[in-house]
Amino acid sequence: MKTKQDAWGSRVGLILAMAGNAVGLGNFLRFPVQAVQNGGGTFIIPYLVCFLLMGIPLLWMEWSMGRFGGKRGNHSTPFILDTMGKRRFWKYFGVFGIFTNIAVASYYCYIESWTLSYVFHSVVGTFSGMDQGQVAAFFNSYLKLGKSTTGIPYEAVVFYLVCLGLNTYILSRGLKGVEKAAKIGVPLLLVFGAVLAFKGLTLGTDGASAAHPDASAWDGLNFLWTPQLGSIWNINVWLAAAGQMFFTLSVGMGTIHCYSSYLKSKDDVALNAVSAGFMNEFVEVVLGSLIVIPIAAGYLGLDWVKENAGFGMAFQTMPYLFDQWGPIISRFAGVFWFGLLFFAGITSSLAMGTPWMGFMQDEYNFKRKAAAWTFGGMILFFGLPTVLIYQVAIDGTVDQVFFNQYDYWAGTVSLVVFALAEAVLFSWIFGIKKGWAELLSGADIKIPIFFKYIMLYITPVMLIIVFLGALFVPEGNDWAQAISGLFHGEGWTLDHNSMIKMITNSGIKEQLSAATDPAQIKFLKNKIIIVNAARALLASMFIGISLLVYIAYRRRNKSGEEQAS
Amino acid sequence: MNSSALIFMVIIQATVTIFTAMFFRKVLKTPKQPEPDSYTENDDES
Repeated sequence: MKTKQDAWGSRVGLILAMAGNAVGLGNFLRFPVQAVQNGGGTFIIPYLVCFLLMGIPLLWMEWSMGRFGGKRGNHSTPFILDTMGKRRFWKYFGVFGIFTNIAVASYYCYIESWTLSYVFHSVVGTFSGMDQGQVAAFFNSYLKLGKSTTGIPYEAVVFYLVCLGLNTYILSRGLKGVEKAAKIGVPLLLVFGAVLAFKGLTLGTDGASAAHPDASAWDGLNFLWTPQLGSIWNINVWLAAAGQMFFTLSVGMGTIHCYSSYLKSKDDVALNAVSAGFMNEFVEVVLGSLIVIPIAAGYLGLDWVKENAGFGMAFQTMPYLFDQWGPIISRFAGVFWFGLLFFAGITSSLAMGTPWMGFMQDEYNFKRKAAAWTFGGMILFFGLPTVLIYQVAIDGTVDQVFFNQYDYWAGTVSLVVFALAEAVLFSWIFGIKKGWAELLSGADIKIPIFFKYIMLYITPVMLIIVFLGALFVPEGNDWAQAISGLFHGEGWTLDHNSMIKMITNSGIKEQLSAATDPAQIKFLKNKIIIVNAARALLASMFIGISLLVYIAYRRRNKSGEEQAS
Repeated sequence: MNSSALIFMVIIQATVTIFTAMFFRKVLKTPKQPEPDSYTENDDES
């Protein structure tokens, strides 16, 4: 087993790489949409409280665990967790720290390739003169592989392969490659974001038109930032805020452990962790809140934003809005926006490659390049179905069924499961006394002692609530009504979006039983097949990685016995 | 913008910005640890 393969070039490089890992598409798309869907100003306070009580403690735990494992020559979560708990099963919880990254990178690279493609289309002026409907239709057409918007056959696949190749090449350069990408990508992202945020902040009522005479960017900002303290008691808002923490900080993935495992025992983790965490918050709260929502409200009105806020706005709406700024500025704005999303994406997807590489280098003596290219190969194998397999609904919209399954099970559920397991392991199995000492070792800041108790009690409890919240989503996501009903003996009706109902495909089955149109019936039956296929592929990935961990564990034991004899 | 939204936005964004700058400044100002540390930037060329 190798003990040390790679090292960070500088402390700033490490923090930018960590910040780049955390800053992703969610900072610019998911955060403002979550804020809009959860009452605007109501959302910010629970969100910041969750950052303090769950986000920062989890960052500290993961940084400390990574450095602790790295000291013992472990650079991926299976054996990092194994060194912290006596029970053998911990290493299999650690499988999540590799599995999640491969599964998420498989579809994340596809989104990244959209941003790259849209940079190209912004430069050549594809969106010039298009109305809003045409821009939305363009995106739909892009996802249908048979149609080409550039003349390149299967261009969505081509851009996907270019993106994957770029990721793999940078990863094959090791931590130095990742660090260099972060040192270029993060500052550029900040500059692009600042330019667009300035525009969002100063747009005012300039975007009002005959079609949307009341449109005003101020309305968007008012909605996001008017504090509504009364709604703080709404459990839905808290669950949404806690959920956003996972996405924004990239906790529960295993990437932070991996990056941190290349530190030495006397290197700081306490300051590095909060510095990278706050950098992410700056991008999200300061820049992320000033771009999509105010610009969209400025041209289309707040009512339109409330009805249509979603991930698709980035590709289906923004190019149209930029086009209102004239032919030259719109090209720059498009390059800035999609370039920003590309840099946010690639610095995150690069991080997703490192746990697998660390594992294969540690346990199977892989060279760095071989580890990177096997990662690329796996992403191609598991990711191509997310590109190639989709359904076209009767109304012509593309339903990315395969992609959505990866996003739900790997990009949502796995994060919560792993974060809960690691919080329990760190605070209760490894022990908060040892964990706290590990965090403070070499620390360049003093951490208030109350965080020790937050890590011991509050963070695990919050994670349990988030997990149960996803498992038992009540009908209509109406928690107040469901809890009240439970106390009145009315039972608990699960929503189709609850984890339990998702497993059984109850939502699709209900639609199927209500459908009468043969085309719709066929569509839904195929959907069930695709959903199950995606889950089978994910399960096979998890089992495969677990098997590799088991073999590595046996090899370690054998090697230990040979050394003893 | 209405005044409560403006005040709330300025307070939250200023707080986040100040903490971000403060922590990053501390990273830059903290003296490097004596060798051997984890960072190759200050390693001896030999």
